Amino acid sequence: MSITVQSISKSFGTAPALHDVTFEVPAGSLMALLGPSGGGKSTILRIIAGLEEPDSGTIAIDGEEVTHLPARTRGIGFCFQHYAPFRHMTVWENVAFGLKVRHRPKAEIAERVSELLELVRLDGFSRRYPAQLSGGQRQRMALARALAVQPRVLLLDEPFGALDAQVRKELRTWLRELHERVQVTTVLVTHDQEEAMEVADRIAVVRDGRLEQVGTPAECYDHPASEFVLTFLGPATRLDGSWVRPHDLVVTREALPGSHRGRIERIVRLGFEVRLEVLLEDGTDTWVQLARRSYDALGAEVGDEVHVHVGVGRRTWPVGEETDPQGQSLVGVPPAP
Amino acid sequence: MTYLSLLVLLPMVAVFSKAFSGGPSAFWREVSQVQVRAALELTVVSSLIVVVVNALAGTAVAWLLVRDHRSVFARVIGPFVDLPFALPTVIAGIVLVSLYGPNSPLHADIAYTRTAVVVAMAFVTLPFAVRSVQPVLAALDQESEEAAASLGASPWATFRRVTLPSLAPAIITGAGLGFARALGEYGSLTIISGNLPLKTQVASVVIFGFVENDDLPAAAATSLVLFALALVALLIFSTIRRRFITAELP
Repeated sequence: MSITVQSISKSFGTAPALHDVTFEVPAGSLMALLGPSGGGKSTILRIIAGLEEPDSGTIAIDGEEVTHLPARTRGIGFCFQHYAPFRHMTVWENVAFGLKVRHRPKAEIAERVSELLELVRLDGFSRRYPAQLSGGQRQRMALARALAVQPRVLLLDEPFGALDAQVRKELRTWLRELHERVQVTTVLVTHDQEEAMEVADRIAVVRDGRLEQVGTPAECYDHPASEFVLTFLGPATRLDGSWVRPHDLVVTREALPGSHRGRIERIVRLGFEVRLEVLLEDGTDTWVQLARRSYDALGAEVGDEVHVHVGVGRRTWPVGEETDPQGQSLVGVPPAP
Repeated sequence: MTYLSLLVLLPMVAVFSKAFSGGPSAFWREVSQVQVRAALELTVVSSLIVVVVNALAGTAVAWLLVRDHRSVFARVIGPFVDLPFALPTVIAGIVLVSLYGPNSPLHADIAYTRTAVVVAMAFVTLPFAVRSVQPVLAALDQESEEAAASLGASPWATFRRVTLPSLAPAIITGAGLGFARALGEYGSLTIISGNLPLKTQVASVVIFGFVENDDLPAAAATSLVLFALALVALLIFSTIRRRFITAELP
């Protein structure tokens, strides 16, 4: 079931939260709403769910306009960052809730709940209370609860935001697998670009209540529509007055045509990845991201003189007006179709 | 411990020994007097009615104060919820008589009836009900209500299945405190009930009557029954409450 968000605007009191946001989530796909905190992405999600009303604009699910329908009749599943468990109910009762309020037959409820608990790998936990579960288990319970009612769309608000890094990575992979299996149209809100790039089919970058870009992770990464998208979606550094991805830079011992001389200030070893911080002759601080193997081949130490240039065929983007307080000046790359 | 003993336990022992100073049969004779039994019955029944009424009304008031906190009602009435606490209960009695007495401006003369007993008890114990529920309601995670709505629950189903169970321990606490307080209420009742023996005379007033007539064993015996009732009530309420709370703890 597709979701169509058309010209949504919303303000809270005098503070504008969303300006004219329009995008579409194709049926069966997983879209990530990505951006810094307070940028309005959760508000978009809550408007799709029917937990907030937009000041103007429309929401359609599967072509049917639902803008003024209450949440309970929209056929959505919603997961909150802090899981919002029903604390006085067991895991089983939590998952069964949506079916119970729909007065489904008992046998059907029992079957569906055990099916879902198996799906989210909580089959041994049905009699526990939420307080007896870990954060990751609670979020999986919340997912099962949302999926129990066979929603037309699944909406996840920072679902892994309150979990520690290790669990977050596990659940991310698991969510992607789950999505392949269940195939329900999903919108995920996150401020973690790695999470968005790993899990989503498409990313909508949201900042200050505006949509900066919508596209596949690769499109957004390789053809950022703005300086903000460029710097938010991945590492970016400066060379010769341009933005460049630090993994697109090449470091050599000898000067080459078009290379810039500098001195290694610091070396950060992160296992597979090695970061060289280089102070260039023109005073620019830049950094280069190398694979461990390339670094070993270079054999450089702190204080050594090196030469840096942009790899063949790699992109650079002009640096926008730094004085612009909003930093919104678009760089000269058209958004990918 | 010593402080608690001196303040609470010692007087209880004193009442206990006084009540049984004439032996168990004397104790039984005192408390089975018609007047005493009628008063105890009236006190317990009225208190029970008040518990139910206030659990409903107190929760409703707390709801308005928390969920509708910008309304005129919440702003104007909010600060007055504690008034029955702040007033000496004798004054509460006078207020009630002037409102619901023979010259009632509301044309609701209920003075010297059992209804008046219930009304007075409800008045002085309402703050327990409201103030127990209010902070819990304010701290309640509204996301779980939104979750219920997203799962298809109507506002009523959400209230009944999600909100109310979370409030239950607080409602029960308020009810327990209110019940114990209603059992022992004296000041307002002595004024508005008229103290008609066998009709509107409550236990505390009977006890005071015994004290005035220098019949301390009878006063102590009646007190002991009242005390035992309050204790049992508090135990029952805390047991019910614990059943609700253990569901949420590991």
